[in-house]
Amino acid sequence: MEMINLTIDHKPVVVRKGATVLEAASGIGIDIPTLCYMKLEDMNIENKPGGCRVCVVEVKGRRNLAPACCTEASEGMEISTHSIRVVNARRTVVELILSDHPADCLICAKSGNCDLQDMANHLGIRKIHYQGEHSMYREDTSPAIIREINKCIMCRRCETMCNDVQTIGVLSAVNRGFQAVVSPAFEMNLDHSVCTYCGQCVAVCPTGALTEVDETGAVIRALSDPTKTVIVQTAPAVRAALGEEFGMTAGTLVTGKMVAALRRLGFDYVFDTDFAADLTILEEGTELLNRLSAFMAGDQQVKLPILTSCCPAWVKFFEHHFPELKDIPSTARSPQQMFGSIAKTYFADKIKVKRENLVVVSIMPCLAKKYESSRPEFSVNGNPDVDYALTTRELAHLINLGNIDFKSLQNEDFDAPMGESTGAGVIFGTTGGVIEAAVRTAYEIFTGKQLPRLDFEELRGMEGLRKATIDFNGTPINIGIAHGLGNARKLLEEIQAGTSEFHAIEIMSCPGGCIGGGGQPYHHGDSEILKKRQRAIYSEDQNKSIRKSHENPYITKLYEEFLGAPLSEKSHHLLHTKYFDRS
Amino acid sequence: MPGIKLSEKTIGIIKQVCSDFRNEGSELINVLHQVQGKLGYLPAEVQEVIAKELNISVAKVYGVVTFYSFFTMIPMGEHPISICMGTACYVRGAEQVLSEFKRQLKVEVGQSTPDGKFSLNCLRCVGACGLAPVVLVGEKVFGRVSPQMVKNIIAEYKEVGASEAKSA
Repeated sequence: MEMINLTIDHKPVVVRKGATVLEAASGIGIDIPTLCYMKLEDMNIENKPGGCRVCVVEVKGRRNLAPACCTEASEGMEISTHSIRVVNARRTVVELILSDHPADCLICAKSGNCDLQDMANHLGIRKIHYQGEHSMYREDTSPAIIREINKCIMCRRCETMCNDVQTIGVLSAVNRGFQAVVSPAFEMNLDHSVCTYCGQCVAVCPTGALTEVDETGAVIRALSDPTKTVIVQTAPAVRAALGEEFGMTAGTLVTGKMVAALRRLGFDYVFDTDFAADLTILEEGTELLNRLSAFMAGDQQVKLPILTSCCPAWVKFFEHHFPELKDIPSTARSPQQMFGSIAKTYFADKIKVKRENLVVVSIMPCLAKKYESSRPEFSVNGNPDVDYALTTRELAHLINLGNIDFKSLQNEDFDAPMGESTGAGVIFGTTGGVIEAAVRTAYEIFTGKQLPRLDFEELRGMEGLRKATIDFNGTPINIGIAHGLGNARKLLEEIQAGTSEFHAIEIMSCPGGCIGGGGQPYHHGDSEILKKRQRAIYSEDQNKSIRKSHENPYITKLYEEFLGAPLSEKSHHLLHTKYFDRS
Repeated sequence: MPGIKLSEKTIGIIKQVCSDFRNEGSELINVLHQVQGKLGYLPAEVQEVIAKELNISVAKVYGVVTFYSFFTMIPMGEHPISICMGTACYVRGAEQVLSEFKRQLKVEVGQSTPDGKFSLNCLRCVGACGLAPVVLVGEKVFGRVSPQMVKNIIAEYKEVGASEAKSA
């Protein structure tokens, strides 16, 4: 590999040819400030439009300052990252950005998590020397995402996520000069677009321009209403990230503290979406086995591969872009919706509470879950199966409002019956987890034998597209895994072309799966955080005494007392759904 | 978005232009240029067809249409009037000429008269600085235009329209 020698702030540094000045500097511990730049290592996600000019540095012998993020290091370069000229330019750039910014930090949803606010603080900006016109765009509210475009700094990170990573193409820079704005086509609202509400734009937005719809107020009202029984379910990925909101290291599992906090907040029953994940495995796994058996018996009509259907952004994606494939995904509802449906029938009957008086709240790492819970097919006479879907961040906000010292809480356990789950339910939170959980159950039912090992390392990892063949006692089952909708699109195009080699495919919209969801604590471009959350999920699985969904005793009981069997008529009615052509 | 229904013929024209450029997304600007040349403007529905044909997002097409002032989503009049706002024309009074057109036609820049006869736009330097200030009506160039001449220019085209109508 060709190496390049240069000096940065008088320190010599050697880097591989092709490295940027920014990368060279970070290698020797010089942290050049950046704003628009973002790179998620190992995920092929990079945004460097060189637009904000915050990272400018002085290069000896060059007339103009150079943006470090997109200037290649060259032999003999002498770089200064904090000369007076550089610092003045950097401050001017940020002051100019601030001169067209609402600066309502005190009441902004992003306050404390805002890269622009941090930058102004980092540079010690105490006065804005420029005054001028302010952008006056209308606010756009959708079922999940709010766009407050006056706060946009045109960093284009959202565009990178929406176009390059997710291949949705909803967002683009439109208009010119002062009027320029990131917007859907024809400046229509998000809910008139093909937006999947995956929330990856929100996950990377450096300011408060893109945030989630905040439903904490409604949940507080429900909790204080004596006529309501309020129950809560928590998605698997939440426990691996919530601690970050309270200053704990990424990857700290806070399952027990989270349960304790929810109980302090006044929820009448604290349940686990993982329970519903186990239920999903029985329904979806049975569907997989039925399709496989039919296929092997020579049925030409059977649709393979089967695709997972837990991820609401993915569901909306194929409804918009691949409606002709809508009978290929499993008809199983997502764990969130299965939970809601069972809670408002089976559990409501058990505790003798009327449906209208039972409020189901879910804590999700996801913004699309807000949209999913609002889909009309998931309600009965206008009463939704899931009333409110809060993000991990919103839960942290509730915990703060409840004056709860999260870190000092003692661990507590979920309530029965819908709080009991297996390791298989837990790993739903990461890419590869749903299919691994399905394999654990499908294998044992298909072969009638105990699995010799439960950890399918071949299904794990962070690569965007993975494949593995699992030997079902002589029958090879080909499995595909995609996270990120751009990767999913590739697998769908193979299916369309008739060249897909897979029997089953797991798809999650967000990079890393739900651990990297749009509702999780902000990662600020650090992909290590996602990997740590993933490890936390697998360690929770390891520590579970039961690690196969079909061995969950409360699931067995649910079938005995209520549902009958997987894919029974009742199951179909309560746990399955149909998809729509939204093209 | 007030929807318009494109005729099969119009869709055919758009598809033809796209395929002339091998349906390549990188040819977007050329495609938009040609389609606007044939249809006069680029309404949302046209942009949607182009996006589909070139396999790029509608948002991106709209982004390009709104970036370049040459592209328009509003139908141009039968006689598009363009006032040059280049430096030479500007210093020789193009702005007063523009004001006079606005006053007489009762439209703003980027709009068309209700009868669809005229539309009014500005452009940057047509390379005829010696004739500044310059006004284009359709393809015809008027040089050394003063506000006093505006009335006659408009009348010329009103009459052309009228005589054409008579002879038809």
